[in-house]
Amino acid sequence: MTDITAPPTAPQRDSHTPVGGAQGIAALRHVAPPAPPGPMSNALVFGWRAILKFRHVPEQLFDLVMTPIMFTLLFTFVFGGALAGSPGEYLQFFLPGILVQTVVFNSVYSGMGLSTDFQKGLFDRFRTLPIWSLAPFAGLMVGDMLRHLIAGGIILGIGLILGYRPEAGLIGTVLAFAMLLTIGFGMGWVFIVLGLVVRTPMTVMTLGFTILFPITFASNIMVDPATMPDWLRSFVDVNPVSLMATALRGLMSGTATLTQIGLALIAPVVLTLGLAPLVLWLYRRR
Amino acid sequence: MNTDTTHLAIHARGLVRRFGDMTAVAGIDLDVPRGMIFAVLGPNGAGKTTLLRMLATLTAPDGGTATVMGHDIAAAPQKVRASIAMTGQFASLDEDLTGRDNLIMLSRLWGFRGAAARARADALLAAFDLSAAARKQVKNYSGGMRRRLDIAASLIVTPGVLFLDEPTTGLDPSARQGVWQLIRQLAESGVTILLTTQYLEEADQLAERIAVIDHGRKIAEGTSRELKAATGSGVLHVSLVDQGQLDGAADLLAARLGAVVQRSPEGAELSVLAGTAADANAALTALLDAGFTVADFRMGAPSLDEVFFALTGKTDPTAPTHSPLEKAAS
Repeated sequence: MTDITAPPTAPQRDSHTPVGGAQGIAALRHVAPPAPPGPMSNALVFGWRAILKFRHVPEQLFDLVMTPIMFTLLFTFVFGGALAGSPGEYLQFFLPGILVQTVVFNSVYSGMGLSTDFQKGLFDRFRTLPIWSLAPFAGLMVGDMLRHLIAGGIILGIGLILGYRPEAGLIGTVLAFAMLLTIGFGMGWVFIVLGLVVRTPMTVMTLGFTILFPITFASNIMVDPATMPDWLRSFVDVNPVSLMATALRGLMSGTATLTQIGLALIAPVVLTLGLAPLVLWLYRRR
Repeated sequence: MNTDTTHLAIHARGLVRRFGDMTAVAGIDLDVPRGMIFAVLGPNGAGKTTLLRMLATLTAPDGGTATVMGHDIAAAPQKVRASIAMTGQFASLDEDLTGRDNLIMLSRLWGFRGAAARARADALLAAFDLSAAARKQVKNYSGGMRRRLDIAASLIVTPGVLFLDEPTTGLDPSARQGVWQLIRQLAESGVTILLTTQYLEEADQLAERIAVIDHGRKIAEGTSRELKAATGSGVLHVSLVDQGQLDGAADLLAARLGAVVQRSPEGAELSVLAGTAADANAALTALLDAGFTVADFRMGAPSLDEVFFALTGKTDPTAPTHSPLEKAAS
């Protein structure tokens, strides 16, 4: 007859030292919410998070720029002479293209980050906060823009050291970087969709590069498509990545036409208009 | 019928959620008064997490209605979000950031600015005994520290209702005690707490009311004492001299008392719910008349374990602890 009259076990309120000493969580009672922040403010907080990530995980910057740096050096010095007569001439052709490739490749990382956040349950916390529901994505975009600027800046810096000269000067370069950000913004949606649909960050990366390798290599980034077989050239000519590289070359050499710029912007605009609503729908559905 | 629900933190009627062919929650009613610790108890896959996610506006219900702090989860999700906080089963934190940065980020999302956000983060860190680890990346935190930070992250603004999904799963006993103590302190400060657990002991220790959930349905609700009382006056424990006779004795007891017979982890003792002392007496007499040699017997109040098994009709004699549920420690 051990426990027939035992009451339900009483909470042992004094069996341990209060967490945090004498004050404990009592000090935290009844904090009312401050005035609700606006959507922009929410988005900037997520942008701030992206910057903190650079500080705490500096190696991600290494991931971002190592491939394009290697590509730049390899193509310029190994293939440059054969492809364009001299490494210097080749660099003049190649650098705007590698900037496009850098931005396009980098957009994979935001999809991976998103997938990680979902896996860790971080988005569950964000979604139970009374904030603008698209703020986390806007924040991802802010982080992406920073990544594109940093990586693009480093590649351009290396190009300048190696002898690359943008004929359109500072204004052309600034316009070219504005174009790069637009490209990155558009491409970002593709990988945000992947991040929402695919379960693991590794799969996002594998899928991402499966898409990106063919479209960046079968383009005019590395070589003039004049020597390619017809069937391939007809693809390369309409490949959005080629159109982007052409426009960027034009902007940096001061020869860009409105048509070139317009063609380069088609893909980013279409991707944004098509995928932003899809992202919202997928996010609300999860 | 009492339709005044203003004293309720949570008021749910007929909540349903399906995932494909599987019905995770099959029509649950729930009334949680303000200021109470309320436990939703059930095995893995019972629908506890889905129920919680619906109430926290993370998953839309396929049927039914619910209000949280007076706001409809479907019609006014932003108002619900402004009055709740949720700590999920897995620490929902940015592992690359420091504990302090995580709290500053969330404080800013709530609308604290600059110095106010930092002050709020520091106050939370101090209260949760995490000041020393404030500038460490969360990936270097122990399980208990993570859970504390996760709960701290739910208290940036004092919520009306705090949802805790299995708050102590995976924690060692000392970290578990720490979290229990935090939960009690929070309840004392007036926060309504709805927690899910698969540990009977946890529900028994913490909760004023317990809803038992199995296969997406609520099969019982009440205080721990009520649940125990509802399953009869007590449990008859019988051990036999000859272990070889256990199977026969179990069959006989099950037939006489119409209840599932539990076998102790060592297999030496049979436990069965008896409606009344007279029923237990009659069953014992039948056992002796059938030639079984009883070494020892006693009557005890049912533990929540036994209540749970009586309610769900589940038994798992092969498992060493005879359940996925933790045995009451004392």
